[in-house]
Formats: sequence, structure tokens, C-alpha cells
Amino acid sequence: MLTAQSQVVYERPVTLTGIPTHYCPGCTHGVAHRLVAEVLDEMGVRDHTIGVASVGCAVFAYHYFNFDFVQAPHGRAPAMATGVKRVLPDRIVFTYQGDGDLASIGMAEIVHAAARGENITVIFINNANYGMTGGQMAPTSLPGQITTSSPLGRDVELMGFPIRTSEMLSQLDGAGYIARRSLHNPKNIRMAKKALRIAFETQQRGLGFSMVELLSICPTNWGMTPQQSLVWLEEKMLPYYPVGDYKVSPAVAEIKP
Amino acid sequence: MARELLKGNEAVAEAAIRAGLQAYFGYPITPQTELLEWMAKRMPELGRAFVQAESELGAINMVYGAACTGVRVMTSSSSPGVSLMTEGMSYIAGTEVPIVLVDVMRGGPGLGNIQPSQADYNQMVHGGGHGDYHSIVLAPSSVQESIDLTVLSFDLAERYRSLVVLLSDGTIGQMMEPAEMPPMRPVTAPGTGVVPEWAVTGAVGRPRRYLSSIYLDPVDEEIENLHLLTRWQEISAKEVRYKEYFLDDSDFVVIGFGSAGRVALSAVRAARAEGLRVGLLRPVTLAPFPSDLLAGLANHVQGMLVVEMNSGQMLEDVRLATAGKTPVEFYGRLGGMVPFPDEILAEIRRLAKGPLTINGNPRDRWLKRITTANYPAIYSAN
Repeated sequence: MLTAQSQVVYERPVTLTGIPTHYCPGCTHGVAHRLVAEVLDEMGVRDHTIGVASVGCAVFAYHYFNFDFVQAPHGRAPAMATGVKRVLPDRIVFTYQGDGDLASIGMAEIVHAAARGENITVIFINNANYGMTGGQMAPTSLPGQITTSSPLGRDVELMGFPIRTSEMLSQLDGAGYIARRSLHNPKNIRMAKKALRIAFETQQRGLGFSMVELLSICPTNWGMTPQQSLVWLEEKMLPYYPVGDYKVSPAVAEIKP
Repeated sequence: MARELLKGNEAVAEAAIRAGLQAYFGYPITPQTELLEWMAKRMPELGRAFVQAESELGAINMVYGAACTGVRVMTSSSSPGVSLMTEGMSYIAGTEVPIVLVDVMRGGPGLGNIQPSQADYNQMVHGGGHGDYHSIVLAPSSVQESIDLTVLSFDLAERYRSLVVLLSDGTIGQMMEPAEMPPMRPVTAPGTGVVPEWAVTGAVGRPRRYLSSIYLDPVDEEIENLHLLTRWQEISAKEVRYKEYFLDDSDFVVIGFGSAGRVALSAVRAARAEGLRVGLLRPVTLAPFPSDLLAGLANHVQGMLVVEMNSGQMLEDVRLATAGKTPVEFYGRLGGMVPFPDEILAEIRRLAKGPLTINGNPRDRWLKRITTANYPAIYSAN
């Protein structure tokens, strides 16, 4: 109960359901969910938003977001979002995808959604491994990174190189806004929220494809504590995946959130 | 509306549009491509959605997403492309959203060729994607029937929240015939008018909804599977469709679907002219299959001949339905070959002449005949 001296300074966004998440302790999915929810709340578009969940740890995202959702086959979320958006162009349609989903099995779908300038928003969680299946090598796993399917470390001679997805998609004319942010400390989390706002506004104004890549941690599968994971992200992932704006079309540059 | 000279693939496309199609997603593949091209021209001029997808995987998942909004949606492809769509078909079945998929079958397996075939019967009728589900499968044998079944496909898809496959082939898709189009059905803008109570359109003024095919708890998944099966039982009871010709006084029955059924009708008419008491059963719904009708016929006819442009895929359903009560013979052409009426007439004469047996496998007998008769340089009579 509020007294005269107390006031609400922090509460759950109405766009989150309040259902406890199934994510592991320390996982940044919860942070990412909250940022998306805050942005949609602030834009006042909750009941005009349709999410597309993907296959991975966030497959049950529809339990946690308090708006309409569909759930896509592995990698196909951008195609499914295209179907929804083309029928309902006045709705906010976004996908929430992991790195295996988006940058491996779903590479064709994401590239062509961006190339078409599909007016959707993509939340891309890059945690450098396949989380749900238990920590296998992802297209984003770093050179030398030990995973359950690269037990001696990712040997780039045999297993190839990590993909910098934001940089790659930024080459496509259909992309309006492509940014990479990180969730490893409060400053970067605040930067991530601003990028998400620009991405959703890009869509709202019909300015084409928008994506925010969020560098995230996976303590369980990395075999680290959450605190160690945050350090590992900062020391290992950030140099390979620099935070930045990779595509800001002239029209998107006008957006001042 | 007057009859016009229409090409099969284009007729299906226009019929779908007139049935209220609001979104089409596809990918080019012969012998289906005219359908996509028709949509590319017509859908935008009507203000409806058209996307040429990056692949059949993309197309089926765009269809999946659009179907979740509750509007009429369709994709089309041909055999190798449909193989790529089977992942999405399973999800669509598991999520219970209505879609129409047109498969203009061609020769296979693999890249095969672009000639007409019926070799995807098992894939569409008994298989497709993973898991326990059934699609409604309709098989047209003419351009007019393609139009009529396209319209029916949307009605059935919506009524049962089901995947409906229009199983055509390169013959039906490519041929031109006089046919009559249905009138244009009025459509309302997506998200307005009557929106199905399950559709995902944005939670304006109502609690959120989601559409998914995941049930982590096996009890929930079993309940969902039982629900799908119960609904399939209802479809099987209500939606069996077929065409019959001369069955009232026939001693022998030819069974064929689609273009093979159409060629078989010519052969049956020729056999009738020779005084042979033979009729034709042409299943229009391959799923649900007219099993009860066949079981009844098996009690009083002297024999049956199944004719297909495959190696006897529907044959197994006929044998299951007739349960050894009457001899069943088989004649098939494969790999994109279309039988001539004379070939089937010769098989009808063989059937009428006998002797017939319920023993052995009719496919084995046919295989021995066709290999040695048609390709003696490769297969010796021994």
C-alpha cells in the first residue's frame, strides 16, 4: 500500500503478463523481453502488436508478452511475420529470434525479409551458442569457443568463421535500421532500449526492415556464473561484434526517440 | 457467366481469387508457374497480398503467418517444391489454421521432369510433414473441376480449420478447356468484418491470443492429437466425394483419379461399346477416401482395375478397402508418362477375360508385364 511518502518508481510493464519465465538464472532474455515490453508500452501499441516467436529458448515468448502471438518453425519467423504483416499492414509485427534460428537455419528467410524491405522488426538475440538444445556451436560462436559440438574449441579451418549478421544485412537496400547493442551492463541496456524504440518506430513509419541484434549471455551453457558471463561477453564478444548502428537510412535518421 | 477457354493453372488462380483469396505466396516451378504469374498480376490490382517468396519454405511460412490472421490464403507448387513445404504443412496442421495448397504434380523422384505424374499421392494423402495429421486432398480431372474444387477447398479449409490440398498434375494444369468461373465473392478488409474467434489480429478490446503447435506436456499433445483425429473422423463421415460412371450394372470397376481417371473414362466408354459391363469410380476426395463405397462394390463385382500415373499408391488404399473380397489388378505409367486409352482398354479386356485371383500382389504382376512389354531391351521376359 502506498503511503504519502512512497511512490512507484519501477513496475512491471503492462505488456508483460507476469507469468514467471522459464529462463535460466542470469539469462538476459528477461532483460530483452522487458525492454521490448517497455518500448511497446511507451509507444502505446500493445493491442496492435503481433509477435512471432521462434524456435529456441524464446519459443514460449508468447506466454510472457501480453499481446497476440504466433509461433514459427525453426528459422522461418521472418517469413511468417511477412505473411502476417502483408495481411495486416497497420499492425506492429516483430520476430524474436536467436542466433541459431536467425543466422543458421533461417538465414534465407532473414536475408530476403531484409532485402524486400519487409516492414517488420526483428529482435535478434546473439548469445554465441544454441541455448535450448544445450550449448552447441552456433554460426555466431567465436573462434576457439568451446561448445558441446566444438569440444576442442571452434576450429575455423574445419568449422568456418562466425557470421556478423548485422554487418551483412546492413548491405541490403531494403534495410531501414540495423543496430547491434549489448545487454552486459546498465549503460548498454539503456542504449539497447533506445535502439529498440528506433526499430519499432522505423516500422511504425513504414520505413522498411529493422533489426536490433542484442549481445546476450548464456551462463548455463557457457558453464559460467552470470557475473563471469557478463565479463566474457565484454571481453570476448564485444571485440568481434562491435556495438553500433550498421544501417540508418536517411528517413530513419530523422527519428528522435 | 459464360464459358471461356481457360488454362488449368490460371483457372485455379482466378477461381481462388473469386473465392475470396486475400493473400498468395509462391515460388516459381514448372508446371505450376502460370498460377503464380496470374496471382502476380491480379492480386495487386485487387489490393490483395502477393509475394514471390525466396523459396517454397518461405512461401509456406508466409501462408502460415497470413492464415493465422483468419483470411483466405493459398500457395501452389509442384512436387519438388511441395517436398520443401512439408515442414510448414505439419506446423499448419498442428496449429489448425486453414490454408489451401495446390500441388501440380510432375515426374519424380528427385528433380525428375516436368511431365504430368501422380507420384505424390502417398506424400499428400498419407504423409507430407511429420506427426499424426490428415490433410483433405481433392483431385480434379478437368479445368472446370479444378475451378469448382478450388472454391470448395476454401470452404472445407475454413469449416474444419484444415489444410486442404488440391492435387492436380501437369496435364490438368497445362491444358486449356472451356470452363465457367464462379462470380466474385465480396471480401472485407483483413481484420474487419467477421474474424474467426481463433484468429490473431492484435488484441484490440479482447484478451491476447496465440497460435502455436507446441505442447511440451505429452498429455496435452495426446489430447491435441485425439482432437485432430476426432475431427478427421467427422471429415471422413461427411466429406467423401467421388464420380461414378456405369457402376449400376457393372461386373468390373476401373478406379482412377485425376487425369488417369479421365483417360480411364475414355477406355471404359470404349469397353462399353464392345459390350463389356465395366464402370468407373473416380475418387474426387483422395482423403477422405471412398473406402466404404469400395467395400460395398467389392461384395458384388467380379474384379477391379486400379489405374494410376504412379506405381500403385492408391492401389494400396483400394486393396485395404476391398480386403480381398474381389480381385484387384493394377495398371500404371511412371515418371511423367500418361497412359493412352488403348492401354487401359487392353487391361479392361484382360480383366474381363480372366482368370483373376485375389492371391499375390497386383503390382508384381503389372511390373512383370510392363517391363517386358515396354522395355524388352532392358528387361528380358525371364
